[in-house]
Amino acid sequence: MIHGFAIVWAERGLMLSGLANTVLLSALAGLCALVLGALLSTLLIRPRGVVQIATRVFVDAMRCTPFLLFAYIIYYGLPTLGIRLDNWSAGLISLAIYHMAYMGELLRAAWAAQPRDPIEAGQAFGFSGLSLFRRIVLPPLVLTSAPVVGNQVIQVIKDSAFLTIIALPELTHAASSIQSRHYIPFAAFISAVLLYWMLCLVIEAGVSSIGRMAQARR
Amino acid sequence: MSAADVLAIFSGALTTLLMAGAGILLGLPLGLGLALVRWANTPLATQCAAVYVSLLRATPLVTLVLLLFFALPNIGIPVGPVSAGVLALTLNTSAFNCEVWRAALMDLPKDQIEAAKSVGMRRGMRLRRIVLPQIARVSLPGLISEMSLLIKVTPVLAVVGVVDITRAAVRIGAETYEPLPPFFVALAIYLPMVFALVSLQRWLERRQTRIDAPA
Repeated sequence: MIHGFAIVWAERGLMLSGLANTVLLSALAGLCALVLGALLSTLLIRPRGVVQIATRVFVDAMRCTPFLLFAYIIYYGLPTLGIRLDNWSAGLISLAIYHMAYMGELLRAAWAAQPRDPIEAGQAFGFSGLSLFRRIVLPPLVLTSAPVVGNQVIQVIKDSAFLTIIALPELTHAASSIQSRHYIPFAAFISAVLLYWMLCLVIEAGVSSIGRMAQARR
Repeated sequence: MSAADVLAIFSGALTTLLMAGAGILLGLPLGLGLALVRWANTPLATQCAAVYVSLLRATPLVTLVLLLFFALPNIGIPVGPVSAGVLALTLNTSAFNCEVWRAALMDLPKDQIEAAKSVGMRRGMRLRRIVLPQIARVSLPGLISEMSLLIKVTPVLAVVGVVDITRAAVRIGAETYEPLPPFFVALAIYLPMVFALVSLQRWLERRQTRIDAPA
């Protein structure tokens, strides 16, 4: 077993490039999903109408679809409609669009749970438009939604591993190729699992430091 | 796409359902056991359970199933695609179930246990008569939500050769050079399955807030 880990160490270049790709992919997809999700949540809180219902249906459908099936539709399905994507862009697009729906829903819930009084007080003090949003609405919204957004980012990282199936060279793919080259399944995949764990612990630490900031503000 | 192809996707649905069902049936008690271990605060065992939960919650299912499928035969445990898949689903879902059960245990009022002790109930009986009925009711929506998540990750098991709904659809798409129709058939199977669970969870949550409201 020690021998296996020695081989993984010798192949650390491949493992680290896989890790870097996972981080890059998840960060880009997470950021896109967050921004698009924020836009989507503004549609979800509209009064009932065609746009609101259409957005609701889109979000609910996404939340009932397995990620891998969605990635397959983007990667294998779109080319038959004349849209050809390489595995990187297909992976990134499917991660971003899929998690956009989840982000939109949880930001909507965070918005719905916000008390209305501070906003009215802000208006009474003469805040309006962008400055009202930036100084009054946004800070508590960021603090309360940080834990759920953090959880969703962890979900993005875990879903990015699924993209090994469309041969995207991320962490699990790197572990798989080391495994098949040297036949050391235990060492290769345990190393990958520990690296995923590390990533998630980093995100959890970030979220809890935001939580402490929220406590301090109270 | 022929009728036989649609039938093939439906037989994949049977595989998906059976494997997810097995994972749920095994994962529920395992998660409860882990939660009880963490709740009991036994030194070492509690820490081990906490590390297990944290690690498993961070591990993508695809990495886990690859690990089990390739590494277990190495240490003399023969596994096929299906058993490796069910084992991976069980381990994965048990970690999430543990957190749901644990949250319910933390919320259980201490006086319930003390009252049970005061009338002379033993540990096993306290658990069966006092603790379990209450935490089962509170945990149910969370557990059902976890089941819907579990169904959404089953397509990953295809990586070790399990032919589930998604895998069957991919195969047909590759044979007919028309990937979209089988994918939409697959989608049409997943959507009601997951939606039924999500609706059940929402209904239970609404019912519970209604019951809890007057108290």
